[in-house]
Amino acid sequence: MDWIKIATAVFLVAMLVFLWPRAKHMLKHSPKATSDDWRSLILPIGGLILFVVLLVMSVR
Amino acid sequence: MYENQSVAQRSTESALATNKVLRNTYALLSMTLIFSAVMAAVGMAMNLGPGASLGASIGAIALVWFVLPRTANSSAGIFVVFAFTGLLGMGLGPVLNQYLALGNGAQIVMTAAGGTGVIFLALSAYALTSRRDFSFLGGMLMAGFIVVLLAAVANIFFAIPALSLAISAAVILIMSGFILFDTSRIIHGGETNYIMATAGLYLSIYNIFVSLLHILGALGGER
Repeated sequence: MDWIKIATAVFLVAMLVFLWPRAKHMLKHSPKATSDDWRSLILPIGGLILFVVLLVMSVR
Repeated sequence: MYENQSVAQRSTESALATNKVLRNTYALLSMTLIFSAVMAAVGMAMNLGPGASLGASIGAIALVWFVLPRTANSSAGIFVVFAFTGLLGMGLGPVLNQYLALGNGAQIVMTAAGGTGVIFLALSAYALTSRRDFSFLGGMLMAGFIVVLLAAVANIFFAIPALSLAISAAVILIMSGFILFDTSRIIHGGETNYIMATAGLYLSIYNIFVSLLHILGALGGER
């Protein structure tokens, strides 16, 4: 294993350690989503997935 | 009567402040994206190695974590934003050289760049026109990002190509969610600092571009 892989792993673990308290805080304090909120996500996320598939097809 | 006038005045002031944050954020974001592209060209011309690329990324993230929060309320924050976006751009140089070496490398890089632009504009337009509050996404996005980081660490040692593609797809979904989340925070007054808002949106755009490049290169690259 070369040193770049080890350095990348150390960097990612440092990111995890740094972000963990923030993630815990956000999970605890985020407002609860209603079914209407989830419905509002269908259009952008569905469109995004379709668009990425189209991009992949365009370069194949 | 006076109370109604005062409420209307306060709401107008708040809308003006929100518009100002949005305008400043988009102005700074476009300047940092141009600067980042110039620095990526510099990184490509210098033919930097992967070690330099990793070093630039580590330096950029250190600036975002430790320097930006202390300088975001002063003009020094603008220099820090340019420094970190410049470092990330320079770090992209070797990655772009690697993709451009493919048979259809130029097409892949241009498609990834154009695709990232379309995704950002479409999601921002959706958040701005629907004026929905996407704050409920915050916890879920952070949890998803932690899972992606864990999978990325594991994949450094296991090197499974399918997992690597799944990670890139998940990053595109999560960063798109962050664009909705960050834009909605600006609209609803949750983010009043345009320097911090720019840093958040820039990181989302950067991650979408790199992940899209990886997916397009893996599924459509000609060796």
